[in-house]
Amino acid sequence: MNDLYLIAHIAGQRVALATEAIDSVVHVTHTTSVPLAPPHLMGLAALRSRVITMIDTRIALGLDPAEPRATLTTVVVNLDGHQYGLVVDMVEDVCAIAGVPAPVRSRLGAGWARASLGLLDHDGASLLLIDPAMLAAGNLALAA
Amino acid sequence: MDDILAEFIAETRETLEAVAGELVAWEANPDDRDRLDTIFRFVHTVKGSCGFLDLPRLEKLSHAAEDVLSEVRDGKRAADTRLVSAVLAVIDRIGELAEAIDTGEAVPDGDDLLIAALRVEHPVEPVEIEAQSVPVMRGNIRSIRISLDLLDRMMSGVSDLVLARNELSRRLQDTGVDPSIEGSFERLSACVGDMRDTITRTRMQRIEKLFSSIPRMVRDIAGELGKSVDLQIDGGDVELDREMIEIIRDPLTHIIRNALDHGIESPALREKAGKSATGRLRVSARQSGNQIVIEVGDDGRGIDTERLVAKAVAAGVVTFERADKLSKEAQLALIFEPGLSTAKSVTAISGRGVGMDVVRSNIERIGGVVDLDNAPGKGLAISIRVPLTLTIIPALTVSAAGQSFAIPRSAIQEIVRENSASVSLERVGTAMVARIRDQRIPLISLEAVLGLPEEAEQGVRSLVVLNPTGGANYAISVAALHDHQELVIRPSCPAIMATGVYAGMTLPDTGRPMLLLDPAGIAETSGILAITFDDDTVIEAVREADADERVSMLLFRDLDGAERAVRLAVVERIEEVASAQIRFAAGRLRLSIDGRIIPLVSFDTLAERDSVGVLRLNDGAVELAYAIDEVIDIVALPSEIVRAKADGIVAGVALIDGRQIEILDPYWLFAEATGGGPTSSEKPVCLLSSSEDPWTREVLRPLVEAAGYRVAFAGDLEPADADIVIASDAEPLETELPPGRLLRLRNDIGARDGDPSSVYRYDRAGLMTALQAGRAGGHRP
Repeated sequence: MNDLYLIAHIAGQRVALATEAIDSVVHVTHTTSVPLAPPHLMGLAALRSRVITMIDTRIALGLDPAEPRATLTTVVVNLDGHQYGLVVDMVEDVCAIAGVPAPVRSRLGAGWARASLGLLDHDGASLLLIDPAMLAAGNLALAA
Repeated sequence: MDDILAEFIAETRETLEAVAGELVAWEANPDDRDRLDTIFRFVHTVKGSCGFLDLPRLEKLSHAAEDVLSEVRDGKRAADTRLVSAVLAVIDRIGELAEAIDTGEAVPDGDDLLIAALRVEHPVEPVEIEAQSVPVMRGNIRSIRISLDLLDRMMSGVSDLVLARNELSRRLQDTGVDPSIEGSFERLSACVGDMRDTITRTRMQRIEKLFSSIPRMVRDIAGELGKSVDLQIDGGDVELDREMIEIIRDPLTHIIRNALDHGIESPALREKAGKSATGRLRVSARQSGNQIVIEVGDDGRGIDTERLVAKAVAAGVVTFERADKLSKEAQLALIFEPGLSTAKSVTAISGRGVGMDVVRSNIERIGGVVDLDNAPGKGLAISIRVPLTLTIIPALTVSAAGQSFAIPRSAIQEIVRENSASVSLERVGTAMVARIRDQRIPLISLEAVLGLPEEAEQGVRSLVVLNPTGGANYAISVAALHDHQELVIRPSCPAIMATGVYAGMTLPDTGRPMLLLDPAGIAETSGILAITFDDDTVIEAVREADADERVSMLLFRDLDGAERAVRLAVVERIEEVASAQIRFAAGRLRLSIDGRIIPLVSFDTLAERDSVGVLRLNDGAVELAYAIDEVIDIVALPSEIVRAKADGIVAGVALIDGRQIEILDPYWLFAEATGGGPTSSEKPVCLLSSSEDPWTREVLRPLVEAAGYRVAFAGDLEPADADIVIASDAEPLETELPPGRLLRLRNDIGARDGDPSSVYRYDRAGLMTALQAGRAGGHRP
């Protein structure tokens, strides 16, 4: 099995995201906040003529919020007919990785454990495969 | 093979809906050969397809029905109620089986019983049901079948296109490009607009689709209850968004069931009350501006408000003391409270646990309104008003704590300034209450609702009075009002919807996403609904206020600096346009906008300004623009207006917040814009009584004006005050008019029998002669 993955950095960690759900990678400069929304929901942003819901991935993983930045590197994903923007530290590359994700045997933080789908091997390094749906669901899933 | 089967199911389903109405109409008039033929053709087609597709059960059923119908066609059997019922049962079963093929479920056998029922010949008292207005099947319109999913994708694509255009327009404005690019952009923009209209229309469906099942339903229910009902259906050709039709289906069914079950009395009771034994039920649809109005009226017993109140008290919805203080309307509105029904006993027909509360919440969910017009003992009319489409809604944008939000205009009752004379704010415990005129309304600031920091006093705040659920008004206070806009609304993601205060999101021209507030949700999450019923909100003064209908007026600053107001209902939108778009051309000021040219009216010369605000007014047929300086507020029209000395652009003057405000006369504006010029009161007046009809407004009116008359419409003045009245022959007139003062127009060139003095409506010569005779001799003393 040879699937395409996007390699990005979230909270300093190298992670992989399956490209099937990914729409594009964009830079967002302005977000509209959504009062009363869960904390991991950073707000709304305009992407061309669409509105995407911005996700602070650090909060979704149960970590401290990131330092505010002027430009947000965002991975846009399509989930259940809605578009979400996952804010990441940086995007590295898209590459094909062979093999199925192996179960994670080490102890992850609760947030990471919930969002991860397993470990991938790429160029001799381990990559945590992340489920974007769990990031979008954020703390709701953590609380459940 | 699967394709053919799917096609067969879709076709059967579609024809079934149409044929049910035909059957009932045929029963009412068994001699109607056309109807019989239609039904026969349906059954025959099904039979043919079944043989081909190898569906033995369907084939057997349709074959039996065809045989019986063929006997009726040959005059061997009469079409009595029993026969029609049996045929209906078979057709129902055909429908069930077709659905079952689609879903793969099994339908229990019992076909033989149904077929046997067709064979029994028993003369039975017919249940008297008429459905005169079920339209005859139309000829084939060229059409293709297209999947709904594709249509939805097309629609969302066009919505995207509109938004992309808006964004581009904003960018162009920001950068200031050369005029040639702007020209091509205008053209593109007009095309996009046209395309949006066309695609929107593809989602439209004739409401007939909804209405065609009514005759059958009425027949069945009336038969079950032993009542006889004369059903009249109007306006099946009104078009409505497909999705809306589906949402309205259940509420409408419920209202009709109610009317038959609780409204219309049994024949014996009706006769005792001095009514005809046959009850009347009228279902109609019409378009009114941006809304569709569906009305269900019966001539039954109406709602007994006293009994309703007694029930409400018994059910603990309201205390006796408070109920007694409620206005008649508020008492009537108790019917929308959960867990209430006036029916003495729960019946199989309408006692299904679905009450009027569900009807209303369903309609309100799509931005609609339910109104009651109750005449105890004489009948009840329930009207449902819904917007034309779901996705594009008119909204007001407001801001709080520096952020903009949209509020659907359908929920806005009134907008007032915090510091206006008729408003005072009171603090009751921790809650705020606004006293607007003599009404006490719970008040909450938008910042508090959304948990945003309250800004330090910065200017005067505005109160938006919302009416999310009919009776319980509340006000939210916002930092500033912006403008009215038509917004393309998209659903938000589940986490945002879960907050309960948003109805969706949108991307306005600013390019910054904006949230649409949900007035009902805000009331619920902020606990305002609870306050309303525990607090003595409904006070005596409301009763008096009920008497005068409240009309919303848009208050604005005119170009000459004066404050004027115009009815909000005629204002379609408010826009800022560049002065370059306005030119004095072909004899008058005109504005080029959206690729069209529309007449512009301005009170004062357009001063040296780069851009000017315009109110875009629309009466449904004519569009015009009125140049203004800025919008100030939305206010309620006071009951008293002092009329202007002479007819003109100003209809009169009214006292608003202690200031004299001139009220514009939309009638004069539209008359002026249509090229008639200011009408003089010297001319004799011709009253056109059917003002709703576009033919009257668009075709007849210019002709009458050319003949030297000033035109007035029904409601403008009493028929007796007009020099001549023109009415269609179908329309009853309440006042008797002497000959020569009334001109009847008939739609049919031949039928002169009704009124020998009537004129065929396209008989120009005859019409002109009659009008000239009216001018010569008809002047009032």
